[in-house]
Amino acid sequence: MTDRPAPALPVADEATAARLDRMRGREKVLEVKSLGKTFESSQGPVEALRDVSFSVHRREFLCIVGASGCGKSTLVRLLAGLEESTSGEILVDGRPVDGPGRDRGMVFQGYTLFPWLTVVRNVAFGLEMSGMGRGAADSEAREWIDLVGLRGFEDNYPHQLSGGMKQRVAIARSLAARPRVLLMDEPFGALDAQTRAQMQSHLLQIWKNVDITIVFITHDLDEAVYLSDRILVLDPRPGRVREHLEVPVPRPRSFEQIVSSAFQGTRARLDHLIHPPQPVHDIERIPMVRFTVVGDEVE
Amino acid sequence: MKPSGHRRGASLFRIQGTLAPRPRAILWVLSFLVPLLAWSAVSYVPWIWHPLVEVSEPGDVRWFTPGMRVDEQAFDRANALVAKNAGTLAVGTPANPVFLPAPHEVARALFTSFATPPRLSEEMWLHESLLHSMRTIALGFLISSLIGIPLGIACGAIPAMARLSEPFLEFFRYLPAPAFGALCVAVLGINDAPKIAIIFIGTFFQQVLVVANTVRRVEPSLIEAAQTLGAPPRHQLLRVVVPASIADLYTDQRVLLGWAWTYLVVAELIGTSSGITYFINLQAKYRAYDNVMAAILIIGVVGLGSDLVLAWIGRRLFPWRKDAKPGLGALFRRRSGKPVVLEGAA
Ligand SMILES: Nc1ncnc2c1ncn2[C@@H]1O[C@H](COP(=O)(O)OP(=O)(O)OP(=O)(O)O)[C@@H](O)[C@H]1O
Ligand SMILES: [Mg+2]
Repeated sequence: MTDRPAPALPVADEATAARLDRMRGREKVLEVKSLGKTFESSQGPVEALRDVSFSVHRREFLCIVGASGCGKSTLVRLLAGLEESTSGEILVDGRPVDGPGRDRGMVFQGYTLFPWLTVVRNVAFGLEMSGMGRGAADSEAREWIDLVGLRGFEDNYPHQLSGGMKQRVAIARSLAARPRVLLMDEPFGALDAQTRAQMQSHLLQIWKNVDITIVFITHDLDEAVYLSDRILVLDPRPGRVREHLEVPVPRPRSFEQIVSSAFQGTRARLDHLIHPPQPVHDIERIPMVRFTVVGDEVE
Repeated sequence: MKPSGHRRGASLFRIQGTLAPRPRAILWVLSFLVPLLAWSAVSYVPWIWHPLVEVSEPGDVRWFTPGMRVDEQAFDRANALVAKNAGTLAVGTPANPVFLPAPHEVARALFTSFATPPRLSEEMWLHESLLHSMRTIALGFLISSLIGIPLGIACGAIPAMARLSEPFLEFFRYLPAPAFGALCVAVLGINDAPKIAIIFIGTFFQQVLVVANTVRRVEPSLIEAAQTLGAPPRHQLLRVVVPASIADLYTDQRVLLGWAWTYLVVAELIGTSSGITYFINLQAKYRAYDNVMAAILIIGVVGLGSDLVLAWIGRRLFPWRKDAKPGLGALFRRRSGKPVVLEGAA
């Protein structure tokens, strides 16, 4: 194993540095203070998170990345209030979190739309829960459906929609309830590459037009760099904050920036943090039985 | 060229394959035709079964009368005796016992039992017996559902409720409903009440447990989604758990109604026998086995018929299901536009 130091983070240009400064100056919407979570399982306790602390500023786009099983989903479920922490504290606008609530919207990887409701009724659900009448809720829901580009599909049932469309409905449904923070757990993980790219640009557009703070979980490092202002890197077993890095890529983002040095440098550092260089296996040398007599020319 | 006939034939019985409308219809008919053909074969082909001989000419056998059915060996022995005395031999044709009437006899009985008045004035017509039976089932099932479905939903949604009720219900479900017959009569008298009670006992305990299990299968993530949208517990139950499981609950009720039918005959024997069971017992007493078979068949037809109707309604009740058909659903839905065709939409 070669113990090279992690590649340094590229320096942000002036405009980007100023934008990040302004972001740090805004109030903290979400504060996480030494959060810990231990599951009791039949094989004994499993420590999923240890001493996780960070905060998210208003209108910030934060990505959380880490290897599989490092506790990303656990963290976001704790933030949503769907799981109880073992230690530590979560504050939203300075108030401690105690169970799920409409100030923290959540978009799951599985779409979790209500299959018995049409698109417009799905989006109106949160509005009705806040005491709005059905008519008013429906007409406001339509505006959110327009925002995610699904005009014309209001009266369809979820099973009639493609994966990307379902996820748009889920985003509209969460946003319609006007949360302070939108939590997203690998929301585009199940989509094909092309739809995924579309959804990423689309999400950035929505984020630009709506006063919302986003905490976005992903294991796709390109996605993290493309979308976020800051990236929280988690270490596995137990999940701890490895590093907190500010993305030096200018906004507005476009896919052309992927080849830029700011993007690639950030990407390389993330890659090093999450997948430290491993000794290379020499696959050639693994003894293997041959099961074929034809096609000897394949490499 | 079309794919070869061999492949298409093999694909009819493919695991998890889908059936085209034509084979679907043909197989449906076949599933009734095969048992009917077997029954016809036993009834009409003289060398299949036919253990008796129906006497047409008694000849010199004193104890024979025309139309009488006797054991084949007894018939031969009687004729051998007559032959020894040089008398006239009895003549007969192979026959089945009276309790297995031929299809055409039952078909005739199906018609005549509705058309002929009862032998005694206080006896019921077949259709009256049938209506009485259906009323018993409907009442028993309705009362059970009114309590059982809400209780089942509560048990399925709230673990504390399940823990509080299910152990006892699980125990009670093993007590055979007919065993409560005498008790029901003692408490509820000899008329319809104890019969309805038996249907209730036979249905209720299963119903709570089946409903609870279906409700437990609701995706937890749907409830979590509702929670993050600010739904209070009451709405989590009424606006998520209930609609998420209602289509499956409807199917459950169809199955449970089928079970309720199986308790009908036992229920109707309790106290003063009534309904279709009374009709069947009476006809058996008259040795009118064609009527007995007709009445048994009618129970099957009514049971299957009601289930088909419920299935038909079910496909129209839940428009969000993939197998939904338009129709009834439109009555329960406000539509503000035509659904858009979704080809190729991303
Ligand atoms: N309910 C639970 N009971 C016991 N252990 C759990 C439970 N939920 C999660 N864990 C454990 O906590 C750890 C973190 O799981 P988590 O699902 O948060 O990981 P993740 O980072 O989201 O992984 P992935 O990228 O694969 O989604 C894992 O080791 C997992 O086995
Ligand atoms: Mg996860």
